[in-house]
Amino acid sequence: MVTIVEPIAKPASRFRFVLDRREVLGSLFLAPAILYVLLLVGLPFLLAVYYSVSAYTIYDPSWRFVGLANFEQIVRNPVFLETLGNTFLFTFGSQFLGLVLGKFGALLLLRPFPGRKLVRALIILPWAVPIALATVAWEWMFDSLYSVVNWTMIALGIITRAEAPNWLGNPHLAMLCVIVVNAWRFFPFAIVVFLAGITSVPQDIIDAATVDGAGFWRRNYQIILPLILPIVAVGLIFGIVFTFTDLSIVFLLTNGGPINATSVLGFEGFQVGIVSGDVSHGAAISLFMLPVLFFVVIAMLRFIRQREI
Amino acid sequence: MRRVIANTFREVWFFGAVGFFVVLTAFPFYWMLITSLKSNSDLYNVTNIPFWFNDPPTLEHFRYLFEQTLFVHWLWNSLIIGVCVVAITVVAAVPAGYSLARMTGRKGEALGIGIFLTYLVPPTLLFLPLSRIVADLGLQNSMWSLVLVYPTFTIPFCSWLLMGFFKAMPPEIEEAAIVDGCSLFGAFVKMAIPLSLPAILTVVIFTFTLTLQEFVYALTFISSSAQKPITLGVATDLVRGDIFFWGEIMAGALLASIPVAIAYNLFLDRFISGITGGAVK
Repeated sequence: MVTIVEPIAKPASRFRFVLDRREVLGSLFLAPAILYVLLLVGLPFLLAVYYSVSAYTIYDPSWRFVGLANFEQIVRNPVFLETLGNTFLFTFGSQFLGLVLGKFGALLLLRPFPGRKLVRALIILPWAVPIALATVAWEWMFDSLYSVVNWTMIALGIITRAEAPNWLGNPHLAMLCVIVVNAWRFFPFAIVVFLAGITSVPQDIIDAATVDGAGFWRRNYQIILPLILPIVAVGLIFGIVFTFTDLSIVFLLTNGGPINATSVLGFEGFQVGIVSGDVSHGAAISLFMLPVLFFVVIAMLRFIRQREI
Repeated sequence: MRRVIANTFREVWFFGAVGFFVVLTAFPFYWMLITSLKSNSDLYNVTNIPFWFNDPPTLEHFRYLFEQTLFVHWLWNSLIIGVCVVAITVVAAVPAGYSLARMTGRKGEALGIGIFLTYLVPPTLLFLPLSRIVADLGLQNSMWSLVLVYPTFTIPFCSWLLMGFFKAMPPEIEEAAIVDGCSLFGAFVKMAIPLSLPAILTVVIFTFTLTLQEFVYALTFISSSAQKPITLGVATDLVRGDIFFWGEIMAGALLASIPVAIAYNLFLDRFISGITGGAVK
């Protein structure tokens, strides 16, 4: 018995040689994952950077270095500037809408009521189901002729058939549609994140605040919200990064149109780099995502660190 | 009396709000279901009430989907891709997650965050160089290119998830095994893996759903219909010229959505505690 207790009493000396091997084994354990990531994320990333400063196209696969010429040409293109603006509008519009809906949804689901499990299961659907498939359903709902949205509005007498909007054919409405579909896809995630945060707040803190006279809004916005901010920040990292770089919703719903009104960076990179085969310009367009990604990730990481201390 | 009215009002408001959220999230799926069961003459008539059947429901669209399209083929492709990616991911991510969790000090934390960040590198940044790499390897237009590429996001994601789970497991368990004569590797295989089977199962399920959800790489690498995974096939291949086969598309979308939706609902709590594991202690 004594020998079993002993290592706990003075672990440093007994585990010395094990700890040394732990280093080796630890590196071996990490190696496959790190190699995979280096070869298929790190290397392609460097290639993407090189493409953006070369004259590479699929018709002329030369590695000729052209400096920043690609970037200059892109920035001078008004379509690109529109794309950049669209990307910001798309990202922040849908995240804002998603967060507001998420906060309200979480408040509702906090209260126990019969059928809450089923309601939660239904509410999580937009985030769980492959977004490409859900987007196709939305495309059908926004159909120019058979739109169920229009049918409902006509039936309710809000508009007549002659005034029925062509959702995906009007530049402003099309932008609204992509934002709504993306917010629709993300708000269940926001609900889940808010719920996870709120339930992790110790009940005695809330009770103490209530005893001290804090009302519903004060408890929510001055006690709970600051406590759950780190977890919400992680949710936002996911949301912003995946929205800013998304292409599937725009590709399927509007195909960037009408007249580039909903074109976003990911979509434009795809159009130029893959569809037109102009790899170097496509890569340069995609690289415009990078500063935003860096900024978001660093800001959020800092924020998380500060909160932990 | 006033109290009763106020309470009733609050209840009505509450369940009304819940109803609004349920309709908002579930309606597109109801729409898939009802569209897939309607006959074409019912679907393409603007005077019909769209929310219910005006003609008797029909399984015609499902029959067409299974017999006249490559739908079954796409299902198989997705299954093969999913199983292969799951195997690669588990082999790489389980030891990596364990190793990250047991590393002490700044190095482990930095590596963990580094791996997590690679999950955030978007496909739309990497698809151009990757499509060249895929072509160089002779995998162009083949579903095996997806088996190669999907682990680039499933491995970081799952390593991060598993790191959280392993961190929650007390190291004393392995130390006890080591004291009893196990090697460090033996302790990992005999103690850590069996105890983390629920976590590994979560990772398996989530890797599989991630492969089903992915769209960008599939769209970029694969153009021939027979090689498409189900999500890409349903979303892009059931359109002939300008004509959308809405009944078939909705039937396919519904069938492909159901397993993912069920898997998510069963494993959601584990998943959330995994991704937020780095943020709250």
